[in-house]
Amino acid sequence: MSRLPAARRRQTIWRQLDAAARWALPGAMLAFGLFLLGLPFHIPGQALLRPAYAMGCVYFWSLFRPGSMPIPLTGLIGLLLDLMGVTPPGLWAVLLILLQSATLLARRRLAPRRFLFTWAAFTGFAAGTSLLAWGMQSGLGFSLLPLWPSGLEILISAALYPALAAVLVRVHRGAAAVELS
Amino acid sequence: MIRLSVPFRQAVSRLSPVLMLMLSLGCILIGRADQHFDEDLRAGLNDILAPAYMVFATPIQAAEHGTGVVGHLFSLSEENAQLREQNEELLQWQEVAMALQAQNDALKASMNYVPSPMPQYSTGEVVADTGGVYDRSVLVLVPPANGNPQSLVGAVAMDGRGVAGRVVEAGARSARVLLISDLNSRIPVALGANGAPALMAGRNDPTPALIYWSPGQPPAEGAMVLTSAQGGAFPPGLPVGVVHYNAQNDPVVLPLANLDALRLLRLFSYPDNLPVLTQIPHTKPAPESRHGKRH
Repeated sequence: MSRLPAARRRQTIWRQLDAAARWALPGAMLAFGLFLLGLPFHIPGQALLRPAYAMGCVYFWSLFRPGSMPIPLTGLIGLLLDLMGVTPPGLWAVLLILLQSATLLARRRLAPRRFLFTWAAFTGFAAGTSLLAWGMQSGLGFSLLPLWPSGLEILISAALYPALAAVLVRVHRGAAAVELS
Repeated sequence: MIRLSVPFRQAVSRLSPVLMLMLSLGCILIGRADQHFDEDLRAGLNDILAPAYMVFATPIQAAEHGTGVVGHLFSLSEENAQLREQNEELLQWQEVAMALQAQNDALKASMNYVPSPMPQYSTGEVVADTGGVYDRSVLVLVPPANGNPQSLVGAVAMDGRGVAGRVVEAGARSARVLLISDLNSRIPVALGANGAPALMAGRNDPTPALIYWSPGQPPAEGAMVLTSAQGGAFPPGLPVGVVHYNAQNDPVVLPLANLDALRLLRLFSYPDNLPVLTQIPHTKPAPESRHGKRH
C-alpha cells in the first residue's frame, strides 16, 4: 500500500467521511442559515435578509470553492428559498443559477483581486439579480411591482457581504478546508 | 464509485447550468399552470419545518420574556397588588357588561334579530416569518386538524387586538397566513360609524392603503376600520385599524394588530352559511311591471 503514491492510496472510511463533511459544509451552512433566518426575531426587514444571505453565499463559494457549490445544489437551494417564502417555485432557483454562472464566468478575473473589488462586483451581481427578480415577479404577476423593495434588497446585500465574507473566509480556511495530504 | 471518462464529465459540467436552468424554468411554468403544485410542496415543507422552527423559537422566546423564573419572583408581590387592583376594576366593568348584555338581549328579542354564526377557532404560535422581498406572510403552528386540514384555508387570523391576515395554505401541522400588509391582500372594509364601504389594499409596508371609497364620503382621520361582509370572504365588524392620512395626503390604515411582532394568532374559521348577497337578476323586467306602469 505504501508503495502507491499518496494520491492513489486507498482512503479509510473516516478519511472519506471527513472529506465528504468538508465538501458538504458550504451547502449545509447555506441551507441551515436560510432556516435560521426564518425564525421570528422581529427584526424589521428580516424578510429581505434571506435572499441577500443566499446570494452572498452562492457568490462567495462559486468564487473561491466552486467544487463545493455544484449547480444542481444551487438550484435546490433556490427552490428551498422559494418554498420557504411565497415566491413562485423555481424563481430563485433560476436567479441563483444565473448569478452563479455569471460568477463562474468572471471567476478568473475576480478571485485574485482585492476584497474591495470582489465586494463591488458582488454588489453589481446582486443588483442585477434583484432587478431580474423584480422583473420576473412583475411579469409572472401581470402587475408592475414597486421597485423600492428591490433597491432595499441590493443595499442590504451590499451591507451584509463584508460580515458574511469574514465568516465564510474562516470556514473556507478552517472547517471546510480541503485536507491536503 | 462510478468512474466517468474525462470528456463525459466535462460535457456534463458544461451542460448542467443549462439543464438546471431549464428545469427551474419548467418548475415556474408548472407552478403557473397548476396552482396546487406549489401549494402542496409548500404545505409539505412547512409541516416538516414547523416543529423544527418551534424547537429553535422556544429559547428565543424564553430570552425575550426576560430573566426567567428568578426574575419573576422579585416582582411577584408588586404584580399581585397590581392584579388585585385590576381585578376590582374589571369586576365593575363586568357588572356594566352584564347590564348591557341584558339590555342587548332584550332589544334583539324585540327586533327578532338573527344572531351571526359562531366561528370555530384554533390558536397557534407564530414560528416563522416566511416573507420575501414582495411578500408578507408568517407561518403558524396549528394543532393537528381533525380530519380536513383544508378547512383552515380562508380562516381569519387575529392577534389580541385586530385582524392580522388570512390563512392561504394549510397543512396538517402548520398554516401560512398572508398578512394584510402583503401586496396581494385586498380586504373589503367598512369605515366609521356609518360603515362607508372601501377596499383596504396591502402595499408591502406597515400601513395598507384605502382605495375605492365613495367620493362623497372621504374617510375621516381617526375613523375606525372594520371588516365588511361584502363579497362574503370576511364576517362583518372585526376590528382592523384606524384611518390616517399619510404625508402624501392619502388615506391609509394603521392596523391594530402588531404586524411586525406577531407571536400568537387565533384562526377563526367561519361556517360557510354566511348570508348570501342578494342576486340581481340580469333578465329583462317581467311584463307585469310594464302593465303596472299603465295605471
